[in-house]
Amino acid sequence: MNAIIVSALMGVVMMFGGILFQNKSTLRLLSIAGLLLLITANLMQTYGFYTIPVEVKGLLSFERFGLFFNTICFVATLLYVLLSARDMEQVGNNTADYHALIFFVLTGVSILTSFNSLLMLFLGVEIMTIPLFILTGSDKRNLKSNEAALKYFLMGSFSTGILLMGIALVYGANGNFNLVPVRASYLGGKASFLEIGGMLLIFVAMAFKVSAAPFHFWTPDVYDGAPSVFTSFMATVVKAAGFFAFLRIFLERADVFGPTWKIVLSIVIIATLLIGNITAVFQQSVKRMLAYSSIAQAGFMLFALWSMNDMAKEGLILYAVAYSLATVGIFAVLIKMKDYTFDGFNGLAKAEPLVALAATIFLLSLAGIPLTAGFFAKYFMLASVVKAGGAIWLVVVAVLFAAVSVYYYFRVIQSMYFKEGQPETAPLSGGFKFMLGLMAALVILVGVAPSTVLGWFYF
Amino acid sequence: MIPVLLIAIPLAAGLLSFFLRAGNSSRTLVTLSALASLALALWALSAPQAQLQHHAAWLPSLGSSFDVQMDGMAKMLVLLTAIAFPVVYVSTAKNNYASPNQFFALMSLTQAGLVGVFVAADGLLFYFFWELALIPVYFLCSQWGGERRIAVTFKFFIYTFVGSLLMLVALLYLYFQTPDHSFAIQSFYKLKLSAAQQGWTFWLIFIAFAIKMPVFPFHTWQPDTYEQSPTAVTMILSGVMVKMGIYAVIRWLVPIFPAAVAQYDQIIIIAAVIGMLYASLIAIRQDDIKRLIAYSSIAHIGLMCAAIFTKNQAGMEGVMIQMFNHGVNVLGLWIVADVIEQQLGTRKFSELGGLAKKAPVMAILLVVMALANVSLPLTNAFIGEFLMFNGLFRYNVTIAAVAGISIILAAVYTLNMVQKVLYGASNERTDAATDISANAQWMLVVLVIMIIAFGVYPQPMIELTKDSVQAVLAIK
Repeated sequence: MNAIIVSALMGVVMMFGGILFQNKSTLRLLSIAGLLLLITANLMQTYGFYTIPVEVKGLLSFERFGLFFNTICFVATLLYVLLSARDMEQVGNNTADYHALIFFVLTGVSILTSFNSLLMLFLGVEIMTIPLFILTGSDKRNLKSNEAALKYFLMGSFSTGILLMGIALVYGANGNFNLVPVRASYLGGKASFLEIGGMLLIFVAMAFKVSAAPFHFWTPDVYDGAPSVFTSFMATVVKAAGFFAFLRIFLERADVFGPTWKIVLSIVIIATLLIGNITAVFQQSVKRMLAYSSIAQAGFMLFALWSMNDMAKEGLILYAVAYSLATVGIFAVLIKMKDYTFDGFNGLAKAEPLVALAATIFLLSLAGIPLTAGFFAKYFMLASVVKAGGAIWLVVVAVLFAAVSVYYYFRVIQSMYFKEGQPETAPLSGGFKFMLGLMAALVILVGVAPSTVLGWFYF
Repeated sequence: MIPVLLIAIPLAAGLLSFFLRAGNSSRTLVTLSALASLALALWALSAPQAQLQHHAAWLPSLGSSFDVQMDGMAKMLVLLTAIAFPVVYVSTAKNNYASPNQFFALMSLTQAGLVGVFVAADGLLFYFFWELALIPVYFLCSQWGGERRIAVTFKFFIYTFVGSLLMLVALLYLYFQTPDHSFAIQSFYKLKLSAAQQGWTFWLIFIAFAIKMPVFPFHTWQPDTYEQSPTAVTMILSGVMVKMGIYAVIRWLVPIFPAAVAQYDQIIIIAAVIGMLYASLIAIRQDDIKRLIAYSSIAHIGLMCAAIFTKNQAGMEGVMIQMFNHGVNVLGLWIVADVIEQQLGTRKFSELGGLAKKAPVMAILLVVMALANVSLPLTNAFIGEFLMFNGLFRYNVTIAAVAGISIILAAVYTLNMVQKVLYGASNERTDAATDISANAQWMLVVLVIMIIAFGVYPQPMIELTKDSVQAVLAIK
């Protein structure tokens, strides 16, 4: 509850902050202070010190798992703001509004980690995505940004409609919106046709939100067209929260599909891995490559839904951490580049050794190389499937695609280290490099001792 | 404690070397750390068992721990690693590299990874070191290699990475089969898997090791990579790193999947023998010293792989000895290849000749190396090959006879190389040759002494690895 209230309030504060303060660094500091406040408030609830008393009538429920996930999302946002706030200011003049919108997104995230009713799911999804439409189009003199925003808005509203339709059907079947179903029509262990249809529509809508194939078509264009700073945010925090909500619904509800569930999901997973990885191989722009690779990463995260055991839940936490750290980091580097093609990175290791080293660590982590956080993220996902039993072939397919992903991630490393060139970068401050180094060190730390992250979870 | 130090010393030296500005100081640092490792590895030969193992908590929730131990086989391969690195550093001391601090840092990290692979007694830890040994090599070859280095090394990396991922899947499966959910090697040994389960897990792991060795038909990355890598790295690759694959088969494959080994041994032996003949025939046609040694290496490794799967005492002992001796011999050949390339700027036989007159010391040493490569009696390779062919003969006479052709072919290509490099008329290029530098010469002398000493008296090596052979053969 703390997180929802504080983030909504901070959003309003930031909006008025834009009127009160003209100085951009003040706004930046205000945003960072707000995020710290948000993290503190969330931790206070996690450890039971203080929770703002609000009667939620059973619409929301707060468990440690969800609250911990909040913390991860907020910390990722904090790192993101620390790294990229200056680049946000380059996008347009409405800096305060961008920060405000990010806080509103976080409100949506906090609802998605705690909803207990399908209505709240709907509200959470909407509160999270509507600010994103604006952020996507924030570079308003850029045609690509406008196109991306429109595309995202049209496709997004369409999928929202499907979500709502699904919720309505499930309501029709059960007579209530509860996440844990009180089923009116649960006859002889079989779900009613109405409920199956409704859940299928919800599945489609959620698959759209996390860009799983075949509902992924918006992702490359939107990620590519949006200003890079906001792509970074969309690809990390928002995506992770989408997965969390996805898992939260289907942990309770997947049984309506019976054994068909795993078959359908296997097809979706393989299609997602195939399309994401194979298309990423052929990209010439690093930004577009990262957009496609984010689809491929979504394929891996879908394994949590496949196996649905404790290991999958821990794995999703670890995946969110590893993926957010690496993606925020690599995008922060990308934003500084003048040229987004692979050749634009040529010779970066000579010009900026520290930045290149950090970027290499982020890329290794995304590729899932041992000793980086990304390895354990993938490891947990694969292990959860093996633990659930019976589908080694699916794991083998997944690791083969992981090997494909090495191909395109390593192309960037090859450009930076093994090719000659004069990369053009925006000026890189000492603080920026320090933050990058810190994040790279975190990636390695989680990769060597993942129990540090999971330890908090169990604490 | 010794295995921990053997990993920690090169690891620390490597990390430290990244921060050294001057190239010479990083060279000195890693050479000192390699010498310290050598001293430790020698000490390990006679150290009490309590000092040869270490157990520390690492990932308790995943059933994995930092568990390292050294038996006879591990001692021998650690010793080979510890000998190889100082030899490489000293013999290539004259070579200059761009940003030497990074070069030596990555070399030292490779050493840590290699030792880790040989001493790990935990599945996940083994996987970690397996990758730790690979990643620095990727950067070494891509940055300091020849003209086609980027594409070639990339192929090598993706090849081995696919293999290790498949191995990871199989390790995960084994982990969930153990009753106590543990990655410890002892738990894996106790597993009683059905023949069907063993079948496919065996192949998932074997492919990883087969790529690393490499065994026909997974060898295509190897000649290109050896040719394009800087020679110092090639020495490590063929001297030590290919032994990772063979070692891993003996430690992690044969004891865990006895039923699958009994079922598929013939397929693997036949593939290995085909690879031996195929590589030998191609070696005859080569015009490049590095590529010749690469193909000759495939042939030798093929024999070792075949001998493992005969699963008899003689064959296994031969493999153990040959792992060490092949490492020593091939190091020597690479040193000569490097000397020639650095001095004359070519590796092509067609551009060489008459070096025996210009560089008599090198000529003598090269001839000894070449004879060892042909496994002539009184050289170290003879006893190993003899034992392996003995094992193969007991397994199947026909296969042994076919494999025996490779001995003749080895003589053809090796002596052909000696003839074209050392004898014949000198040309304007080789007229300028002088004898080899003191550094390389001393290292070659050390290797030649080992070749002859172990050729005449191989008993200590047999004693050292007897326990490992018996342990592997004891599991039914």
